[in-house]
Amino acid sequence: MKITTRFFVPVLAALAFAYAPFALPAPSAKPDKAHVDMRDAASLQSGAKVFVNYCLNCHAASMMRYNRLGDLGLTEDQIRENLLFTADKVGEMMNVGMTRKDGKDWFGVAPPDLSVIARSRGADWLYTYLRAFYRDTASPTGWNNLLYERVAMPHALWNLSGEATLEVREFKTEEAAIAAKLQTRSFSMLERVGEGEARRYLLKSTRMTTPGAQSPAQYDGTVRDLVNYLVWMGEPGQLYRKQVGIVVLFVLLILLGLSWALYKNFWKDLH
Amino acid sequence: MAATQKEPVNVTCAGPLNGVASGLLTWIDRRFPLIETWRKHLAEYYAPKNFNFWYYFGSLAMFALVLQIVTGIFLTMHYKPDANLAFASVEYIMREVPFGWLIRYMHSTGASMFFIVIYLHMFRGLLYGSYREPRELIWIFGVLIYLCLMGEAFFGYLLPWGQMSYWGAQVIVNLFATIPLIGPDLALWIRGDYVVSDATLNRFFAFHVIALPLVLLGLVVAHLLALHEVGSNNPDGIEINNHKDAEGKPLDGIPFHPYYVVKDTFGVVVFLIVFAIILFFMPEMGGYFLEYNNFIPADPLKTPEHIAPVWYFTPYYSILRAVPPLFNSQFPGVAAMGAATMILFLLPWLDRSPVKSVRYKGPIFRWALGLFVAVFLLLGYLGTVSTNEWGQFGAWLGGAERATVAARIGTLLYFLFFILMPWYSVIDKTKPEPQRVTG
Repeated sequence: MKITTRFFVPVLAALAFAYAPFALPAPSAKPDKAHVDMRDAASLQSGAKVFVNYCLNCHAASMMRYNRLGDLGLTEDQIRENLLFTADKVGEMMNVGMTRKDGKDWFGVAPPDLSVIARSRGADWLYTYLRAFYRDTASPTGWNNLLYERVAMPHALWNLSGEATLEVREFKTEEAAIAAKLQTRSFSMLERVGEGEARRYLLKSTRMTTPGAQSPAQYDGTVRDLVNYLVWMGEPGQLYRKQVGIVVLFVLLILLGLSWALYKNFWKDLH
Repeated sequence: MAATQKEPVNVTCAGPLNGVASGLLTWIDRRFPLIETWRKHLAEYYAPKNFNFWYYFGSLAMFALVLQIVTGIFLTMHYKPDANLAFASVEYIMREVPFGWLIRYMHSTGASMFFIVIYLHMFRGLLYGSYREPRELIWIFGVLIYLCLMGEAFFGYLLPWGQMSYWGAQVIVNLFATIPLIGPDLALWIRGDYVVSDATLNRFFAFHVIALPLVLLGLVVAHLLALHEVGSNNPDGIEINNHKDAEGKPLDGIPFHPYYVVKDTFGVVVFLIVFAIILFFMPEMGGYFLEYNNFIPADPLKTPEHIAPVWYFTPYYSILRAVPPLFNSQFPGVAAMGAATMILFLLPWLDRSPVKSVRYKGPIFRWALGLFVAVFLLLGYLGTVSTNEWGQFGAWLGGAERATVAARIGTLLYFLFFILMPWYSVIDKTKPEPQRVTG
């Protein structure tokens, strides 16, 4: 053990030296927390419903089979009657009629496949993104997004969320801007512009102009369910993976005890 | 008949099978040196009795290699090396193949774990001077294994055909394009196309599943044969063969089997526990073992904003980025990156200390090694982030990026560790080595 301390003290000292002269800059706009929960079957089922109704027209989930939704506690009949819009059989993949070429012609980019979108974007990003759309007459679709500026996708859930506009407030001090940010209920971003005397802090947020079918709180819940579903769809077996993991670890712990006993038993006659 | 022959070897087989088993063994042994091999490499291979924590990683590396080969074989049964099918075939393995997710995660987590084990194994060599005479060839074979492993990891990383696979391969292949005169043609020859494409994917698949594994296995055999020829080093860095008993067995040695077999079995179980925790509960390891962007299918028309190689390459990637271009060519960076790995080959001749182990080396070496490890970790970290992660210095330094300056200092220190070694290893105040191994 002595060698370990003798070695690690210089390492830590060197690390401290290597880091000391630098101050880390503050992180940029952090997305809101999605609080996904793979055990919340009701939320996952409701997310699946939102997904097939609103997303699965332009976006495919070509690596996801309809009957895998059975893992969420749905029967094949329930899937067939309530969720099967783009296919005939529950054994089919979640494909859509729109070709990539059509998508490219109509939107400028082909809508990406969403099978593993939560694994690349992350739950928090998706949750924030779907709540950050606002009306923008300068954009080809009439929509823009605070998190993903000039995004090609129009706001597909607009009749639920209602319409919002971009609101930019200017502050002279960072403290005032942060105070206002804390009071903002929608997703907001803080930007620093100008230098010296002209330094200003811009707080960008969205403000509801026309209410939708759902209240802002309800809409947050809908998006949360949808994101929950997207995370689940990214790896439908993730809960099972963890269950298997617990069993495997349990077996390995027994093996650990046995192999330790074996090692100690063989080595006891050495000195 | 065979059973009536005189038992030539001392093998104990209990129970009613005794006669048949030893007869079979005799039959084989007259045609193949089974017993002799067993004795030479296990039962009568005497290893120093004072191996510590760091000595687990040799056998663990072998275990990780077997794990990668076995899981890899199963992956090839469903994987499709085709630019149009590759990405979806990986997801097919993850979703539709029974326990395919387990095999795939074992392989992807296994790759990172393999590198962790290898880095710790190499660090052990640095600590105790395992590269010193008479073990120079073991070290050289080891460095070759390391290079081969980097190639193997690089080729394998293209196979999932995600954005990071694609652009990572694009960047690495373009490194060859910076070589003066032959560069562009060389890169074209490697890719088999003007961009990374289906042709590239197919040949990388061939390299990954057969060419490099064969070389790797051959090198591992050479590594072990060389080791068993001269015997293992130990934390004291002294030769146990200098003190033998009347029968010619080293006094401080113990037979590898059963002593180190049971000890390493315990090590393997500990490794498996760490492995299982990552594999089952955090297979992406926060984006370090499986990069988030690699869940986006490869798109030759869309370059990701931030291309970062997988963590085990990032120290070298940092060195590559740290070296400024010369005459508009990135070649100096590429050369520095190459030199950073090649310099490892020289290590046995750079260390001129009278003692091998860090236990008896002086403070200069200890500080140098500590700093080297810190620098390696720092470069590794810097390679994962963008060069303006830490912002910029003020006008007094020409507004240079802090992270780039840090990487430059790191690169310099990395090379100085090796280049100055012939000097500092001589002037360092060493302690006398003991005659026999200590605890």
